Amino acid sequence: MTRETGPLLEMRGITKHFGAITALDQVDLQLYSGEVLGVVGDNGAGKSTLMKVLSGLYSASSGEVILDGRPVQLNSPRDAQGMGIEMVYQDLALAGNLPVHENIYLGREPGRQHFGIKIVDRKLSRRLAQEHLDRLHIEVKSVDQKVEELSGGQAQAVAIARATAFDARLVIMDEPTAALAIKEVGKVLDLIKRLSDHGTGVILISHRMDDVFFVCDRVMALFHGRNFEESEISGTSRNEVIGWIMGTKGHTEGLAHDRL
Amino acid sequence: MTVSDDAGQNELETPAARRMRLIERYGVFAVVILMMVILSALEPDIFPTTQNLTNILRQIAMNALLALGLYIVIMTAGIDLSVGSIMALATMLLAMVDTSGMPWPLVLLVGPLVGIACGAVNGLGLTVLRLPHPFIMTLGTLYSIRGITNLVSGGRPVSGVSQEVRFLGSGEIPLPFLGEYASFPVSAIVILVCYGGVAYFINKVSLGRHIVAVGGNPQAARVSGINVDRILLIVYCLSGFFAGMAALMMAGRTGAGFPNAGIGAELDAIAAVIIGGASFFGGRGSVLGVFAGVLVMGLLRNGLNLMDVSAFWQQTMIGMIVVGAVYVDVLRRRAGATS
Repeated sequence: MTRETGPLLEMRGITKHFGAITALDQVDLQLYSGEVLGVVGDNGAGKSTLMKVLSGLYSASSGEVILDGRPVQLNSPRDAQGMGIEMVYQDLALAGNLPVHENIYLGREPGRQHFGIKIVDRKLSRRLAQEHLDRLHIEVKSVDQKVEELSGGQAQAVAIARATAFDARLVIMDEPTAALAIKEVGKVLDLIKRLSDHGTGVILISHRMDDVFFVCDRVMALFHGRNFEESEISGTSRNEVIGWIMGTKGHTEGLAHDRL
Repeated sequence: MTVSDDAGQNELETPAARRMRLIERYGVFAVVILMMVILSALEPDIFPTTQNLTNILRQIAMNALLALGLYIVIMTAGIDLSVGSIMALATMLLAMVDTSGMPWPLVLLVGPLVGIACGAVNGLGLTVLRLPHPFIMTLGTLYSIRGITNLVSGGRPVSGVSQEVRFLGSGEIPLPFLGEYASFPVSAIVILVCYGGVAYFINKVSLGRHIVAVGGNPQAARVSGINVDRILLIVYCLSGFFAGMAALMMAGRTGAGFPNAGIGAELDAIAAVIIGGASFFGGRGSVLGVFAGVLVMGLLRNGLNLMDVSAFWQQTMIGMIVVGAVYVDVLRRRAGATS
């Protein structure tokens, strides 16, 4: 973590209205390079809306996004990707009929442009994909394997590889372990740690306290579309965070077990 | 044509899955070869002659081009029911402008341009009007474009297409070393160029790969920054373009525009694509497979004609082959699911 240099990302006073409904109300968020920030909250607390603002899918009604100390406009996922902000979607968003290497570079294929038509360089695509997977210690039998033949964990790893293939500075992960077999969860969490070791900022949305306390440096809770509480992970406990999710502070262990 | 290259993953499969994959990929070619062997045995004096084999190539030209356009559409899990009507309109319009004295190089452009314009209407209807399924939009244009064909022609055929315009559809290149009357149809060269072009486009060009990706998972394509609506518009324009090319074949063979030309031709084209192993759910299928599917239908028609079997049997058998081809796909999926 490089706190000396100021935050990588700051979101200030983000408000989002959907008609009469206020999904986000003056939400603030900071993220430092190499930091893993857990964002928790109950269904409808605004986590996903906040992340969609950050990834360019939604535009905020008001508030600003500051990257490296400069305000930025995020009007589409392309804009966000251009600034090194990538999102790993909960439903993975991979094309099962295409091989691993093509999924990693989908929409940004390596190749040569002739008269406005891009000829894909498959050899280069394979080689770059293999090198990138090796860097992240992701094992697949072959980069030519179709994604539909992979296990859930492998597919998740490919989705993460895709998000980081172009020097992402910030990766947003929406429930990356929700659909995985237990033995695969650890591998994905290790992968998240490796990303942060490489200096990438990670925002992790998760309901699983085990995941949050294993990989996150800091955790922030949203409640009814507002900032509720946040803390360094070392300064809090599972039960306290579960309390935040339900909108209570100063939670006792006994109470948490009553409610869940 | 290098249609797919995914060597090196066979050790991952169970024997049953591998068998099904081989059947899926090469089964239709085996059917083509089997049909040729059987027909050669049954009609040894007629079937394997240069004359008859090149005749098959002449007969399949129209269906080959319509099927090629539909292949691209079906790759995106779409459908284009209007290609028969588009072909009729394009044939009619090019016959009309040709007989009214337009120079032939411009007439040649009329077919494909009318096709692209009709395809653009389909694509815009799908993406701008947000109709729930391309079946609806192209069913609408199947009727409307046929109606427009009748309106512009008054329901009457227009004959007298010039020899220059007919060349692509009916030109012959003499092959004197194969006999006095042997010749190779120009239409077969048109088909080869179109199939080679589409195979290259789908496999090597980023836009072609995006079409395959949209067929596999449109959501994944969208979040990868691919403009899915633009891809769909291009896909239906391409389908229209190949219907326009089929119109050139039609005008060449018959020398006229008929308002009722190509009724039901879209169904033959869909059948060929499905027999060729493309999935109706998108993202799967090869250009070579489509060509084999077209050949299966052409061989069946030719063989049953040679043996004097009625056209009613041809319909019956094509229907059974369509069902059989998809059943092979079902078996493959089942084998894949249990492995």
